[in-house]
Amino acid sequence: MKNKIYSSFDQAVEGLPDGSTVMFPGFGGGGLPRNLIAALHRQGAKDLTGVSNNAGALDDKVDVGTLVEAGQMKKMICAFTAATHPSRITPFVQMYNNDEIDAELVPQGTLAERMRAAGAGIGGFYTPSSVGTELAEGKEHREINGRMHVLEHPLFGDYAFIRAWKADTFGNLQFRLTQRNFNVVMAMAATVTIVEVENEIVEAGELEPDHIHVPGIYVDRMVTIPPDGIWY
Amino acid sequence: MAEKPKLERQAMCDRLAMEFQDEWIVNLGVGMPTLCSNYVDPSRDIITHSENGVIGYGPLAEEGKEDGHLVNAGGQFVTAQPGMSILHHADSFAVIRGGMVDVTVMGAYEVAGNGDFANWRIPSRKGGGIGGAMDLAACAKRVFIAMEHNTREGGPKLLNRCTLPITAPGVVKLLATDLGLFEITPEGFVLREHAPGWNPEEIQELTEAKLIIPPDLKEFRFRA
Repeated sequence: MKNKIYSSFDQAVEGLPDGSTVMFPGFGGGGLPRNLIAALHRQGAKDLTGVSNNAGALDDKVDVGTLVEAGQMKKMICAFTAATHPSRITPFVQMYNNDEIDAELVPQGTLAERMRAAGAGIGGFYTPSSVGTELAEGKEHREINGRMHVLEHPLFGDYAFIRAWKADTFGNLQFRLTQRNFNVVMAMAATVTIVEVENEIVEAGELEPDHIHVPGIYVDRMVTIPPDGIWY
Repeated sequence: MAEKPKLERQAMCDRLAMEFQDEWIVNLGVGMPTLCSNYVDPSRDIITHSENGVIGYGPLAEEGKEDGHLVNAGGQFVTAQPGMSILHHADSFAVIRGGMVDVTVMGAYEVAGNGDFANWRIPSRKGGGIGGAMDLAACAKRVFIAMEHNTREGGPKLLNRCTLPITAPGVVKLLATDLGLFEITPEGFVLREHAPGWNPEEIQELTEAKLIIPPDLKEFRFRA
């Protein structure tokens, strides 16, 4: 069996090239791969395209906003490209206003489904979400079962950074509660999937096959979060 | 002259929550609508859904008892309850687009008499915050809105047509503001209940759209 266990986060992100598309899961802090993001910040790759629910800086800890602020991102594909409150000026908002970073705004369900389509080998899909709004302008429309839909395309990643609760040596992953969020579709949509794991990685066979959320075939590299890692 | 008291946000959300029916799957948006969860009639059997992939979660967690792995759509720590289930993000939106959500409650900048509403972008700012709002607005069975009746500058928010980019066309069914409860019908806004001390003429004066005043207009209902 191929060894997927890496000794450090720095080693796990080594060689990630400039210009890559990187997928960052996480919702309200849960399932957010902060240790891998910190390692990518140290690694310094630039001209990256990020796929994430938002552009980060949700709290004062490391998140995708750290990479934005460091000038490593050239574009963000998100469901939020404005701060949660007009008075909150995040580094992303400042750079976006100055045209120093590009962005694509996607409804959250469409964002998730575009990644699912990429992972599932689906060439695109029609959704009623955003029909009649300015986000649907210029997109192919089609009436299906009496309802108008717009065509959306798959969204692929070069890398996905994943935060899991448990893993085995084969790379099978389990998540706990709402930590799961975008992790599953991102692991499937990306070419290289790198995982930070909250528990000690167990031998293959120790996790129940019926309770696997991401099969190990999608997983390339794993690092157990050390006691002095970023836990929340 | 002292300004007349308007309805509190909690009262607005309580009123919308009174409309929830047994076994409805309810999705509460970020911000004011989460207040709906403070009042759910105990005799009603409501099922909560949050777009980050949880069905059947309980009330907000007490301080010190938060579980870092369990949050609602607003990122607030909530509690587990019997029957709860977890989905990944794409499946959670399959629940939404698949038509399983009976009602979504959201905030808004503007609502129009044709049922359009706007809550994701202000043209003076670059970018926007859509989150799950467009999927929910397009696909939930009902869209309820909770918002202040007027802008901070006193401008109208119940309009003939939205001026801001809309979130979805023609979907709003019920609206609670700090001046009353409004139903949106094919004919436009119907004032169903007025805030105590406010008469229909005073409410109309603060509203751009023409309000329909039904003969059975009532005073706003508060939680028992």
